[in-house]
Amino acid sequence: MDVPNQAAEWKTNIVAGLFPVFLSALIFSWFLTFIPSVADGVSTRFGIDWIPSLGISLSFFIDGLSLTFALLISGIGTLVFLYSSSYIKNHHHFHRFLLYLFLFMLSMLGVVLADNLISLFVFWELTTITSYLLIGFSHETHKGRHSALQALLITGAGALAMLAGFILIGLTVNSFELSEIILEADTLRAHELYAPILLLILFGTFTKSAQFPFHFWLPNAMAAPTPVSSFLHSATMVKAGVYLMARLHPAFAGTDLWLWMLTIFGATTAVISSILAFRQTDLKLALAYTTLMALGTLTLFLGQESGYAMTAFATFLIVHSLYKAALFLVVGCVDNATGTRDANTLGGLAKAMPITAIVAALAAMSMAGFPPFLGFIGKELKYAGALGVASEPILVAGAVLVANSLMFAVAAIVAFRPFWVSSKTTYPKQPQEAPFAMLAGPIILASLGILFGIYPDIIEKTLVAPTVASLLGNIEQSKELKLWAGVNLPLILSICTVILGLALYLQHQKLRPALDGIFAKLPTFDQGWDKFLLKFKDFAAWQTRVQQSGNLHQYMFVVFFVVFASLATTTALKNAIFKPPDFSNVTWLGVGLVLLIIGAAIITTVTASRITAMATLGVLGIGVAIVFIGFSAPDVAITQLLVETLIVVLVAIALLRLPNLETEAGQRRPLDAILAISVGSIVTLILLSVLSLPLDRRVTDFFEQASWPEAFGRNIVNVILVDFRALDTFGEIAVIVIAALSAYALLRTTTPQSKK
Amino acid sequence: MESLLAIAIGVLVATSVYLMLARNVLRFIFGLVLISNAANLTLFVAGRLTAGIPPLIKKGEIAPVGPVANALPQALVLTAIVIGFGLFAFALVLMFRTYTTLGTLYSDEMRVAEPREDTVI
Repeated sequence: MDVPNQAAEWKTNIVAGLFPVFLSALIFSWFLTFIPSVADGVSTRFGIDWIPSLGISLSFFIDGLSLTFALLISGIGTLVFLYSSSYIKNHHHFHRFLLYLFLFMLSMLGVVLADNLISLFVFWELTTITSYLLIGFSHETHKGRHSALQALLITGAGALAMLAGFILIGLTVNSFELSEIILEADTLRAHELYAPILLLILFGTFTKSAQFPFHFWLPNAMAAPTPVSSFLHSATMVKAGVYLMARLHPAFAGTDLWLWMLTIFGATTAVISSILAFRQTDLKLALAYTTLMALGTLTLFLGQESGYAMTAFATFLIVHSLYKAALFLVVGCVDNATGTRDANTLGGLAKAMPITAIVAALAAMSMAGFPPFLGFIGKELKYAGALGVASEPILVAGAVLVANSLMFAVAAIVAFRPFWVSSKTTYPKQPQEAPFAMLAGPIILASLGILFGIYPDIIEKTLVAPTVASLLGNIEQSKELKLWAGVNLPLILSICTVILGLALYLQHQKLRPALDGIFAKLPTFDQGWDKFLLKFKDFAAWQTRVQQSGNLHQYMFVVFFVVFASLATTTALKNAIFKPPDFSNVTWLGVGLVLLIIGAAIITTVTASRITAMATLGVLGIGVAIVFIGFSAPDVAITQLLVETLIVVLVAIALLRLPNLETEAGQRRPLDAILAISVGSIVTLILLSVLSLPLDRRVTDFFEQASWPEAFGRNIVNVILVDFRALDTFGEIAVIVIAALSAYALLRTTTPQSKK
Repeated sequence: MESLLAIAIGVLVATSVYLMLARNVLRFIFGLVLISNAANLTLFVAGRLTAGIPPLIKKGEIAPVGPVANALPQALVLTAIVIGFGLFAFALVLMFRTYTTLGTLYSDEMRVAEPREDTVI
């Protein structure tokens, strides 16, 4: 490529990169205008009908909870777009990347603003699809494709279960509008479908928010470019599950099932993932596991109902999004500058990247929970919320303590060690400070962490309290955000966290091998999932092999067996009436005729000679024609005779070119014979049963009465065919013409085109 | 008489099913002829049998006088015979063409479209 071209492309990339920054900044500012009204407790609802007959509308709802999420999404989105405009601008699919990311942002806004459950589901799945595209952005690699598919299948399966839950809600309270469902909370909680609905929806939210045991897709999703990890898999999309649980909190919380499901799964996720985070040496993976920890903690608090727990939820939600997005972006800068993310090799970067180092330290201190950062307030509230848990405060507080200490240690590993501890390693690249566009995001996010810590009022009245109000329906329940709450139990626990976390950090090099030893012996869910998929594929292949064997005999056998089975069961279940068959009006001529037909059929079946078969087929046809003549159907008999003659002629022509039947005649097929006799018997039985019932002649009567006055025909059968059912006959002629044309086409090309 | 024919129909169905389960497609086609005859007879018998009074209207009358044979099944059977013949003729030509192309009449040897799994590379 020549230079001017490159320059031109570089220019378009700058424009394309900055365009979504401005768009999302615009969206962010628009949401900012809602803050005053939401702070006053006023919520806004707007929308249009979509499928009104099904109660589906495209309606949106802005209250404290959705506004907090919308601001986080559009705000962090703006910074992530700015970051991407520099980070990934040389990628040959840069424009595609921006499109996916922007689509994701819009879908995510749809999820948190939707008032209608079905619209919410649609947006929810749009985030799943855009996430799939973004995780698989490096689709040339196996890991990228594998991780993308894994995330798609797991969250997709959860979403389908969730949809079932939504539909059940709709059936229970007769509305899909969240704002109306929340009003029907008591009906819902008392309804017998409450437990199934809750479990179905929790399956969806747990998979989306990567709760244990569905946690494994999230670390794998780190195959995505860093801005994606930062935006989707930390700050926003994975919180969709948390959002939905929060949204449904007023309608569902307060039962033992809700409490225990969320507490147990949340606490387990928080503890297990913080241990997993601790043992990672890849900085991005370590952060990914701490995200799991955060999601577990948020879920844990949503299980409760106290004002402290809810305030802790709202505050931690904001804190986490700010510092985690910042840290991911910092890791991206480090990765870009040095070419590695390995915690063991990185060190001493503070000299080469001073701004990055400071930003990382600010974000990490918020994560570790030092005063005066917002993270400290969040942590105090978490302890207060945990201690306020009605049933098992010590267990919950203990889980939070363990998780927080490990998080402290991870914060130090990720943001302290690579910058401030010297290392002798030489990097693949000479590290240098990241460009402004990549630093702006982390700087703003980390500064907000300390700004909100010193002046918690800024977010308390505008975001935290309205969010708590959305959850509990009462703004009074919201607790005050303050740095110094006096010497109390949360503060003591905070000090314990720092001591424990520091100890863990200092010992982490020694503890890691020990942990690795333990985890090496345990099977991972990730491998289990792969095995499951593999087995599933084998099962599908096996099933296809069995069902689609390509063997005509097997297909026919199944078809006839199903015919027999359905006829027999229907006859048995519907209590078919059987009278002894009536042979009173049988004549000797009739007996002879029937014997002729039966004999001809049997000989056709058993003969090994083509000529005999042809002859007996002819005999049979004539026998049937005689039945028609004998019982007042001359027209039918004439047609039958003509057709039978034609059949014999055609078979005779074909047989001249075909081999004889001998080879098969010797074969006995007892199973086929049993099935054949069964089908024949059930047909006879049903016919006898039909014959024992009175005949309904209404249609015949109509034709008899109408034939002359309406159609001026004396032969009723002919009138039916050419007048009353003329269209039917026309269709029949068309069928014959098509058959004739196809037969002609087949015969015309007698020379095989591809003989092997 | 209806009951006797019901038994004959059962035999026709049984023989045709047996033929259609054969490996040889020529037998399959014989089965096809038998089963269309069985179906036609079933329709006809279900409409009850009346000997010697075809469903015609005498000159001067506007409707048949006295009971006549049931016209409805006759009309249906007439259509069915013709359609059955179309199906038969097409199947016969198809089989004939298959034989000239593949050189076999055995359905389990016709595996161009669905090759055996072990032969797929």
